[in-house]
Amino acid sequence: MARNGKANGKNNGKSSVWVGKKLKRKEDPRLIKGISHYTDDLKLAGMLYCAFVRSPHAHAKINAIRTDAARAVPGVVKVVTYDDLTGVGVVPCAMQMPDLKIPHHPLLAHGRVRYVGESVAAVVADDIYTARDAAELIEVDYDPLPVVVNMEKAIAKDSAIIHEDFKTNVAFTHVMKNGDVEKVFAKADRVVKQRMLNQRLAPVAMEPRAVIAEYLPGENRLTVWSSTQIPHLLRTQISVMVGLPETAVRVVTPEVGGGFGSKLNVYREEGIVPWLAMKLGKPVKWAELRRENFLATIHGRDTINDVELAVKKDGTILGLRVNVLADMGAYHQLLTPLIPQLTALMIAGCYKLPALEINIKGIFTNKMSTDAYRGAGRPEATYLIERIMDIAARELGMDSLQFRLKNFPQPKEFPFTTITGLRYDSAKYQEAAKRALQLSGYDALRRRQKTGWKNGKYYGVGVSTYVEICAIGPSAATPAGGWESGTVRIEPTGKVTVLTGASPHGQGEETTFAQLIADELGIDPDDVNVIHGDTLAVPYGIGTFGSRGTAVGGTAAFMATQKLKAKLKTLAGHLLGVKPQDVTIGRGKILAKGGKKSMSFGELVGAAYVARNIPPGFEPGLEATHFFEPSNFTFPFGTHVCSVEVDGETGEIKLERYVAVDDCGNVINPMIVEGQIHGGIAQGMGQAMWEEFVYNDDGQAVTGTLMDYAMPKAHLLPEFILDRTVTPSPSNPMGVKGVGEAGTIGSTPCIVNAVCDALSPLGVRHIDMPLKPERVWNAIRQAQSQEKIPAAVAAGKKPAHKAVRRGA
Amino acid sequence: MEPRLLLVHFLRENAGLTGTHIGCETSLCGACTVLLDGRAVKSCTVLAVQADGRSVTTVEGLAQGDQLHAIQEGFWEEHGLQCGFCTPGMIMCSHDLLANNATPSDTEIREAINGNICRCTGYQNIVGAVKSASRKMSKRVSARAGAR
Repeated sequence: MARNGKANGKNNGKSSVWVGKKLKRKEDPRLIKGISHYTDDLKLAGMLYCAFVRSPHAHAKINAIRTDAARAVPGVVKVVTYDDLTGVGVVPCAMQMPDLKIPHHPLLAHGRVRYVGESVAAVVADDIYTARDAAELIEVDYDPLPVVVNMEKAIAKDSAIIHEDFKTNVAFTHVMKNGDVEKVFAKADRVVKQRMLNQRLAPVAMEPRAVIAEYLPGENRLTVWSSTQIPHLLRTQISVMVGLPETAVRVVTPEVGGGFGSKLNVYREEGIVPWLAMKLGKPVKWAELRRENFLATIHGRDTINDVELAVKKDGTILGLRVNVLADMGAYHQLLTPLIPQLTALMIAGCYKLPALEINIKGIFTNKMSTDAYRGAGRPEATYLIERIMDIAARELGMDSLQFRLKNFPQPKEFPFTTITGLRYDSAKYQEAAKRALQLSGYDALRRRQKTGWKNGKYYGVGVSTYVEICAIGPSAATPAGGWESGTVRIEPTGKVTVLTGASPHGQGEETTFAQLIADELGIDPDDVNVIHGDTLAVPYGIGTFGSRGTAVGGTAAFMATQKLKAKLKTLAGHLLGVKPQDVTIGRGKILAKGGKKSMSFGELVGAAYVARNIPPGFEPGLEATHFFEPSNFTFPFGTHVCSVEVDGETGEIKLERYVAVDDCGNVINPMIVEGQIHGGIAQGMGQAMWEEFVYNDDGQAVTGTLMDYAMPKAHLLPEFILDRTVTPSPSNPMGVKGVGEAGTIGSTPCIVNAVCDALSPLGVRHIDMPLKPERVWNAIRQAQSQEKIPAAVAAGKKPAHKAVRRGA
Repeated sequence: MEPRLLLVHFLRENAGLTGTHIGCETSLCGACTVLLDGRAVKSCTVLAVQADGRSVTTVEGLAQGDQLHAIQEGFWEEHGLQCGFCTPGMIMCSHDLLANNATPSDTEIREAINGNICRCTGYQNIVGAVKSASRKMSKRVSARAGAR
């Protein structure tokens, strides 16, 4: 097992020099020197700047838009509203479902605004200060309409309707039912019920979005620089939105400063900025303000969930019934309706579940769209199952970890088919749980907790055992193709260029892919240059999201390398006078069987390009492309354990120690894997503890700045203690699984479980996130006012905490 | 120069130094942190005219040719960055910290950088990066002292 950055030296049985090594990242020198370029860092000659007028109303009719004053400002080049847009398409939604309602989603508001921040007009000027000044001079005459904010009210008969054509605010329904649900619930010893909210979050990539477009009419070439996770899909959609052939559109993603799903999308601005550049014949730049980022970049989560778990008194799970209301916001973005369906797919977690019924309703509200945010549907699923497991364990009087262990499939049962129809590839849930138990000092934590409770100290131990779905995914199960492209080209000098369609945004693919290819070709990672994010250079690809970069994108590059190796062996066999199968590619050297004859890597590469002595039918040059279609998803898993102390008087939570044992299959660079897990845990903790995007009853965003939206900060987080188990995936030749979202998926329920565990003697059963002190304090008060007898008191011990009774 | 021109816009647009990033325009994220007369400031809420006659150091000014600054080395070696967007601000903020406290504890580092937001790393490796830099800088200082 590789641990703490030591090279494992072996990958799927093969010896390796670079794979498994903690190699410093190749991308870092330019980033730490401040000489790299994010989209907003680019400046083109004659560039104009764009600013948007956005709606202050959540729902209103637009009577008139007066732009004269803005147009009169010196330096203003163009002002456009919906009526000026000619020949443009709409914002795309990639989903298809039988009853899915897809609203018309124009590039600027058309007659109505449906969320605060919806763009109404665009101003283009010589500089950004002028553009923003002029935007403030635009007067929009609105008639406010009734606002729909609350999902349960949105589906009531008397609710205002957001899209009148549909006559309902229900965007879709999705039902999954397997097993004899009624029977298992009827015969269960106990049915454990809980309503849980999964609050709305803002992704807050540190780099806000930015778009630059330049159109050269002579060449008929539109180049769009955009901070996106999906350059090729965006290219296709831009061509549709602006009405150019796709061959005339080039999308470039320079450095991308984080995405977390928020840039796995196609936005209004990615249509209108290119359109403006075409109309004006000059480059146009729009750089999102953080305020705009909060209002008009997708949000995540936002579901209301009623969960029921049927169990036997020995702790065997019998069935699960879940009703989900999922907030879509006012329009669909690219994948908005997909996200709650991923919750349905993963709702069984890592447990044997004989029966399941899940009903999901997607609801329109006057808010920004939700869509994929780190984990995308899976954190929601894991949260629901892991919380209800904890609540059930408590009701059954079982240890929460033992209750989980009882319901895990055994390692020999893999591949394991779930009640939701997935085939989990490989896992040893027990081993990860055992290691987390040891590493966290679980038994000692439990002992301390018991003593603490007697003394009015609320120590909690949180456990979550998760499985996630990664390497998204087989094309049959994805909206826009789930494969990925990889091209590997050995240049005449022996340097290697790798082109990947999995355009990254901080994941370090330039390093990990170089490690991978270097091992395959017996060269140094410094000699491998990974290129991404330019649709003119890179064959069509899908992008980086859903923890697919390495497992799908890396595999594509790996497979392309296999094609090249076959070609190298053919040529080497010809030159060395042996059969291709008797050639091995060593470190910088090509060897014939027996080791007597050999040639250098450089000599062989040169021979392929000079091409004077090649076998009949041999194609000169050394380039291969592979489009990798995964046969299955991958299913990383793990166990997280954390310890907390809750102040019974103030509701404040102290995060003490956080242990995560994750299994993402084979590891290419342990340092990068650990970094992904660190960041993921922090993000999941953010949801559990602090983050919440709040719209008030008027649909106003009250957390629209970083002052109000509480992000995880350095001084708030504990140290993370990591370990790994390694269960290679059989779904790809490298045995990798994916790690980008694991931390976020495992940590959220772990924290909430710990806090509810700490407060269990006070009768607290569940607290909705985020666990702000005020909310925790209220939960304590509420539990106490229900005159529940605390467990500790019932056991004849000292009353758990006197202070909380004072106000009750 | 317009009196209202922000220092960060001056640096990026007029001086062409785009290593200093804009993450929030409200001095809450720290991506735009630079040194003004040696102290860390958030350049999105400083007017360019306020920097008149004063010394401004941006991330581009830290490395001496190919020789990285110890803080930059720390971030590279300890994997203190992923997407890299917050990194220049984090580095400049750490510079201020280490200038005033050469050997900060983990807690002191976490307190010092709590005005700088990173969404990628969970901060643990940033703390490691600053500690690594602190060790290197202390070593270099004592080596210089020994040479005298």
